[in-house]
Amino acid sequence: MSLRRLLALGVLVAAVLAGIVSYYASSHPDGLERVAEDKGFNAEEKDHALGDSPLADYGVKGVADERASVGLSGIIGVGVVLVAGTGLFWMLRGRPDGGGEPAEPAGKTRA
Amino acid sequence: MHVPDGFIDAPVSAVAGVIAAAGIAVSLRGSRRELDDLTAPLAGLTAAFVFAAQMLNFPVAGGTSGHLLGGALAAILVGPFTGVLVVSVVLAVQALIFADGGLTALGVNITIMAVVTAAVGYGVFRLLVRVLPRSRPSATAAAFVAALVSVPASALSFVAFYAVGGTTDVPLSTVVPAMLGVHVLIGLGEALITALTVSSVLAVRPDLVHGARGLSEPLRLVVNEPRRPEEAAS
Repeated sequence: MSLRRLLALGVLVAAVLAGIVSYYASSHPDGLERVAEDKGFNAEEKDHALGDSPLADYGVKGVADERASVGLSGIIGVGVVLVAGTGLFWMLRGRPDGGGEPAEPAGKTRA
Repeated sequence: MHVPDGFIDAPVSAVAGVIAAAGIAVSLRGSRRELDDLTAPLAGLTAAFVFAAQMLNFPVAGGTSGHLLGGALAAILVGPFTGVLVVSVVLAVQALIFADGGLTALGVNITIMAVVTAAVGYGVFRLLVRVLPRSRPSATAAAFVAALVSVPASALSFVAFYAVGGTTDVPLSTVVPAMLGVHVLIGLGEALITALTVSSVLAVRPDLVHGARGLSEPLRLVVNEPRRPEEAAS
């Protein structure tokens, strides 16, 4: 499989998981939340400072339909992470044979 | 496992921030050796996949859920240093845009969910790959165990922060067994997802799985061999 095809397939899978399957995810508290609640070490928990932001808690503010709200927030999240991550890793990449050293100045290329 | 604000006090959260920053700095350096034109987009995709998978809470015992942490998966797929960065990007986006995981707790979260999971997961994976026979099933099994171990390791690293900077007085003798028990269960889910994903990529492009690069080398030799006589003949 070509890299391009693999990447396209991967993005599609991520989009389907975050955009569609996420609606069916369990809404029970996660392991840490559950233990913190049961044992009482959440007594000093504070609300999130950005709890009123438009995508807080994986929903899009103003979208009433639960399924659409979760799915849309998931798609947006996948897009943001994909762009931020790919941008960062593209900047960090070394040359294919360069052993991790930053790109060498021109002139060393074969002439 | 996203720690909200207020579980860990301010001084220890600051210390965790320093640990996380150091982990990211080391990873930024180390990732250059792991990233090239092929693996950089793959690492971006891995981050998007981990974000998506983290939305999928699966039920574990008694009204409790868990989700993929992804550090072991990312480390196996794109390398341990890049793996730390992959999960850190996800955690930063979650904290800043989705109000998931506290802002003052971001250092704690990056330390326990990115640095610890990638380091432990990759360490266990490489160890197993070295002792097991060289094969795709071995690599898949190694990924399973590595992911399984990474989750309770992450839970224990949370407990370590709690031990020094917890804002409540719940005794460790209560916190440790409860955290370990539920996170071994969540680790089974982590292991299943990780093994499935790693084996899928191994099936189509084994050369792109960082942690299993040794597996694809013999294949290349076999592919290249028949060409030699043709070249000699032409």
